[in-house]
Amino acid sequence: MIFFWAFVIGGLICVIGQIMFDVFKLSPAHTLSILVIAGAILDGLGWYEPLIDFAGAGATVPITSFGNSLVHGAMQEADKHGLIGVVTGMFEVTSAGISAAIIFGVIGAMIFKPKG
Amino acid sequence: MGDKKKQKLQPNQQRYQAFQQKRETKRPVFKNCIKAFLIGGFICFIGQLISTFYIYQFNFTEKTAGNPTIATLIFITMLLTGFGVYDRIAQVAGAGSAVPVTGFGNAVISSAIEYRSEGFILGVGSNMLKLAGPVIVYGVFSAFVVAIIKTILTQWGGF
Amino acid sequence: MLKGHQSWIFENRPAILSTGTIGGPFEAKGNIPEAFDTLHEDMWLNQDSWEKAQQKMLEEAIQTTLKKARIEKENIEFLIAGDLINQMTPTSFAASTSSIPFLGAFSACATSMESLALAASIINAKGANYILCAASSHNAATEKQFRYPTEYGGQKPPTSQWTVTGAGCALVAQNGTGPAVTSATIGKVADMGMTDPFNMGGAMAIAAADTIEAHLRDLQIDPSYYDLIITGDLGHVGREVSFDLLRDRNIPIESEKYVDCGITIYREDQPVLAGGSGAACSAIVTYGHYLQEVIKGNLQRILVVATGSLHSTLSIQQKAPIPCIAHAVSIEARGEHL
Repeated sequence: MIFFWAFVIGGLICVIGQIMFDVFKLSPAHTLSILVIAGAILDGLGWYEPLIDFAGAGATVPITSFGNSLVHGAMQEADKHGLIGVVTGMFEVTSAGISAAIIFGVIGAMIFKPKG
Repeated sequence: MGDKKKQKLQPNQQRYQAFQQKRETKRPVFKNCIKAFLIGGFICFIGQLISTFYIYQFNFTEKTAGNPTIATLIFITMLLTGFGVYDRIAQVAGAGSAVPVTGFGNAVISSAIEYRSEGFILGVGSNMLKLAGPVIVYGVFSAFVVAIIKTILTQWGGF
Repeated sequence: MLKGHQSWIFENRPAILSTGTIGGPFEAKGNIPEAFDTLHEDMWLNQDSWEKAQQKMLEEAIQTTLKKARIEKENIEFLIAGDLINQMTPTSFAASTSSIPFLGAFSACATSMESLALAASIINAKGANYILCAASSHNAATEKQFRYPTEYGGQKPPTSQWTVTGAGCALVAQNGTGPAVTSATIGKVADMGMTDPFNMGGAMAIAAADTIEAHLRDLQIDPSYYDLIITGDLGHVGREVSFDLLRDRNIPIESEKYVDCGITIYREDQPVLAGGSGAACSAIVTYGHYLQEVIKGNLQRILVVATGSLHSTLSIQQKAPIPCIAHAVSIEARGEHL
């Protein structure tokens, strides 16, 4: 069942993105930034975790989860160290996406040439 | 905002834009949404498969399987980007391939590959986050604001 | 000689002696592969950057033009050329290797006709015997500068256009047997407040219509004077808008005599959305295709209206509107007289 909901919820988040592209004529950078901010706010309200429990990868794979895990990292440290933890704990949970993209980006630049 | 923008235009400019808009090929919004749903959903489905694989094969938990799943998806994205396939998928998928984390990976990796001709430091290094930068910047800043508010409310607000 | 407000008549009838056209793999699969002297299989042309590949194509176009006319480059007085890449880098470097006295020209995708009009005007005034004029563009170099990295997955709307990979060059001379350049109209910049860089055809259509109207008014002729009126790179959207604009202004233009290089160059089933664009588009299709039809005698008089969108990445990010321009040049078969 989790596979079905991953497909549906993930697909629906992409549809929101597509509407931002086509109806509001936003660039990909604007669209993705807004989705990340939306993810952060949803986690702040405590609504994103239940969505992950419900849809699994359907909620963790879209870029919205990036905002969610940034807030999570910050909150974890904040519980331990107070306000300063908000600044220092930011990347505690969410390093995977950024580090993987940077590492594979450099490797990609070493082995591939753009195809045009 | 649209109205404010329009007010700044001269009447002849407004007339031309209306004239032009009537003849402009419209974006197939509904069809694009269907395609985005199917392909975006499929990418998340693959993500769920990978994450299930990590849970059963490598003793990850539901919570910790997220990170290796994302790394694996980005690795696959590198191959698809390098072989020149990802941009073709995206022309069909639109947001379906842009919104999942693979789209983030593609933005970083395609910039890295493209600017290789300007060298590894000033080309790859400086331009890698050209497209994905805003996502990181506003992700971090919005998370900061959200976490500050939440911390203040929970620790001092007595919630 | 100045005629009317913004047009020149070239009474000495400068001749186009020869042309050179180079294209890439995508153009080879297009609608008019026979229009190219050389077609490359590799987008890179064995160079290590897209910009150098574009430079190489321009150099080849110049060499081909000279070879076909059997003229040494030492006899060429001037080279007038331009492109779209930062400060016209590929053109400047190609001009450096060709070592012909060089004038850079920039009208974005209308550079082809700007350079031809200037060349004909200098030749007509006996300021030179031989002038080369050229324009080039490269799909990937243009994408990289104006849009996204070539491998980035961004979905393009149906109004966007495909930049032509190639270079086109023509040799203009005092006298000779080739078709004659008979007049030119220099366009004004039109700004209709359009801001969508993925709909350049729609933005440029007004410039094309303005320049065509000005040309007909200055020369006091009717559109039927020409066998074909050829726009540069309006694509499907821009062609329709400009056609309807001209009809709205009571200019009796006929649909089958109004064609666009951006539509001619590719087949309908290629994924080019609204059509081709780029500085090379009008240069290649004019020199390699329509000019050959004039030489063969299938066409007597053509008016080429190259269109250009003069925005930069900076102006788009600062949300400035897209300024557009169009320059028209008329070419006639030798033997015909005004």
